[in-house]
Amino acid sequence: MSTSEIRTLSAPERRRKRGVITMAVLGLFGLIFFAFLPKTGQPVTYNFVLGNEWVLMKEWIINSKTGSLGFSLLSLAGVALAAVQFRARKTIRFASAIFGFAFLMSFLCWSAAGKFIPFTGLLQGALLLSVPLIFGAMAGVLSERSGVINIAIEGQLLAGAFMSGIIASLTQNNWLGLLIAPFAGAAIAWLLAVFAIKYGIDQVVLGFVLNVLVIGLTNFLYKKLLIPYQSTWNAGGTFAPIEIPILSKIPVIGPIFFSQSIIVYLMYVVVIAIHIALFKSRWGLRTRSVGEHPTAAESVGINVNRVRFRNVVIAGAVAGLGGAFFTLGAVGSFSKEMTAGKGFIALAALIFGRWSPLGAVAAALIFGFADNLQGLLTITGTPIPSEFMLMAPYIATIIAVSGFVGKVRAPAADGIPYKRGGAH
Amino acid sequence: MSLELRGITKRFGALTANDSIDLAVADGEIHAILGENGAGKSTLMNIVYGLLSPDSGSISVDGKAITINSPLDALAAGIGMVHQHFMLIPVFTVAENIVLGHEKVKGLGILDIESAKQEILRISAEFNFDIDPDALVEDLPVGLQQRVEIIRALIYDAKVLILDEPTAVLTPQETDELLKNMKKLRDKGRSIVFITHKLREVKEAADKITIIRRGKVVGTAQPSASQEELAALMVGRPVSLDVEKTTPKLGEVTLSVKDLTISDHTGRALVRNVSFDVHAGEILAVAGVQGNGQSELAEAIVGLQEHVTGHIALRGKEITRASVREALHAGIAFVPESREDDGLIGSFSIEENLILDLHDLPPYAKGPVISTSIVEEEAKARVKEFDIRTLSAKDSASSLSGGNKQKVVLARELSRPVKLVVASQPTRGLDVGSIEFVHERIIAERNSGRAVLLFSTELDEVTALADRIAVMYRGEFIAIVPADTSREELGLLMAGIRR
Repeated sequence: MSTSEIRTLSAPERRRKRGVITMAVLGLFGLIFFAFLPKTGQPVTYNFVLGNEWVLMKEWIINSKTGSLGFSLLSLAGVALAAVQFRARKTIRFASAIFGFAFLMSFLCWSAAGKFIPFTGLLQGALLLSVPLIFGAMAGVLSERSGVINIAIEGQLLAGAFMSGIIASLTQNNWLGLLIAPFAGAAIAWLLAVFAIKYGIDQVVLGFVLNVLVIGLTNFLYKKLLIPYQSTWNAGGTFAPIEIPILSKIPVIGPIFFSQSIIVYLMYVVVIAIHIALFKSRWGLRTRSVGEHPTAAESVGINVNRVRFRNVVIAGAVAGLGGAFFTLGAVGSFSKEMTAGKGFIALAALIFGRWSPLGAVAAALIFGFADNLQGLLTITGTPIPSEFMLMAPYIATIIAVSGFVGKVRAPAADGIPYKRGGAH
Repeated sequence: MSLELRGITKRFGALTANDSIDLAVADGEIHAILGENGAGKSTLMNIVYGLLSPDSGSISVDGKAITINSPLDALAAGIGMVHQHFMLIPVFTVAENIVLGHEKVKGLGILDIESAKQEILRISAEFNFDIDPDALVEDLPVGLQQRVEIIRALIYDAKVLILDEPTAVLTPQETDELLKNMKKLRDKGRSIVFITHKLREVKEAADKITIIRRGKVVGTAQPSASQEELAALMVGRPVSLDVEKTTPKLGEVTLSVKDLTISDHTGRALVRNVSFDVHAGEILAVAGVQGNGQSELAEAIVGLQEHVTGHIALRGKEITRASVREALHAGIAFVPESREDDGLIGSFSIEENLILDLHDLPPYAKGPVISTSIVEEEAKARVKEFDIRTLSAKDSASSLSGGNKQKVVLARELSRPVKLVVASQPTRGLDVGSIEFVHERIIAERNSGRAVLLFSTELDEVTALADRIAVMYRGEFIAIVPADTSREELGLLMAGIRR
């Protein structure tokens, strides 16, 4: 057809190419800094036993220099595999996973030289720190896939935490607290829906205002009610972990995933349900259609604003449920601004995960892991300041959002209010 | 199925888009609704399809009055529509787009997409549509996207099919194919409402013609009527369909483009290795179906594109990396594709729009101050010269009609010392009177020895104005041919087929 066809890489291919180059640079960096630069090696102890799961290996002791060297080489092998896959025009996901794991292990060997790392505990803690992020990100998926930007996730989480905390305390019943949480989140989302959808107010500004509203309201009530009357208003309990028979016995995986509180199990259900429903159900098809091209959805008789309204409120309920984890899943009582910006990090996870439920979960897990690792390294004491560790996931997000890992594409109609017949 | 509209009236503020319109579409006929841009055709059809509600009037189907409040009501009544701007979701598959809104589910709300795929394949085979139900809509050429819309209407079992300006985005061959399919649909018992402003197509496909002007039905005609008669009815006065043109007096090379490649921000090439010259005193028209790189090429010449390699020279002076300002001051007049977005600032007055390019230079500016008296004087002269119909040059540009907006753009751009005129879709959406004005003006520019680079998707415009025709396809100049090349040949070139 044409003789001057320019051979160009497709967008995913360019993304992969950048990925391979980045991994190669990081891998070499690891090899030099973690394996070659330290003068002497010290033993590192990894512990793999947390509860009463079956024991394959209790602990593993390795010289830090040897470990870093081995894992750095493995990470470079991952890079090599990625390069081969890239040449063959295949996805490099598996190779990237190998690289990520090996690079991290190499880093751990270096940073924990002469120390003790509770490996299973590290991962379990990471999952727990991810729980509110995952709930929050799911709320973002539900809302933004239908075309409404949800900046109010923070407020919805906080409302869920607050209401579940006081109801559990007043009734001395955790289950009632858990039950009320989705309603608290949904109430905030309802405000968002009314003003954003019905009155077409700027969704970013509105979401921010709602966050400020919830923070102000809970701070006020915390000071006037929860502090003076702590024994009645702020003395709820926590859910005890439920061990799932057999599954919880699997080494490493068992204690991480299957020895958790009811809220974590609910999270698994929510994530799987949203993933399936979004891509396989009638509701999902309609949700995505109003988020992408509302006029087209309207032209086949879909009530755009009704779909959006419903989705935003359900999103609020999901975030509210996640909020209950702060009180009922973790510490048992409410404290001032206890969500501490997790709602915004959930938003970052949503974008990092490209508005897909599973992508957002993966991003949230990475953020949770970085957070927990940072905590651990602060305690054990590492060569680098823990604040830098804490920054890492957000730097990764900025890089992701700025298009480094490919064009991050939001639903086409995200944030644009829909008016019937607006095209004319 | 027959469709009858009685006394349909629709007002948008002060504008009466439809003024008590009566229309009767008989069973099994192709009924063309002919009218200029802005005559109210699309408004009328959006009312029939339930996207707008009329202020008064009634709709009946097979003699029974029905109420249509939403597209669902229209679909239930057997009315389907293929929209001018396709109502398809680019990131969905064909099947997902087609089932949207009336999905079959297996229980628990899980989609049953398989049965829909079978149905799509069946209809596709019946009409030789060649549609893959699993293809993403954004990967399909527009001609196929339109077929997806037609299949959707057929799956809803539409007995009356409304096609709103269906040929606007098609190549001549795709248009022929569509007209053939329309006849096939009619022969299988469907009625078709065919909305268009193109006379040739009406004459070829329609069984009956209703003409609408300024929101009113002004008459009906048979397809045997001549193009001149139809045009006179449509515009309300006799129009000459030909543009008067003398043989060109070629001067020196004014614009020289060499190996130009333009990419978007992801690095995808939108224009590839394009080379051409435009001489003083000639019109080079770039033909092609919308979206084949014309917009990017036009923008690159005035410096509006970022990722450009190759060379652009104006009278031998390199301007490839010139800023927009430098390019304009070097002697380029630019009439952008979208008047509203790129040509004007709607909330600014006509006066202000007329000096946007030179507002900071004498005589308009005296130091940091703009001299209002000189601006007013100049505006008065321009309004007169370009016949801009407005009460006052202090009115906002957005208050003008499309034709007058375009005149403001032309007045501004042609009032600088100009060597080259780059005009992108200069008559899109204009009424016939304004089209005549713009065409005459473009010819006048050429006759006064300026070079003109015209981008147009309307083949009639291209053949009427061009001294040479370049055909653009997928970012390349597939050929540069003489002005007397036949429509058929141009059509093939526009579809990427080289002889």
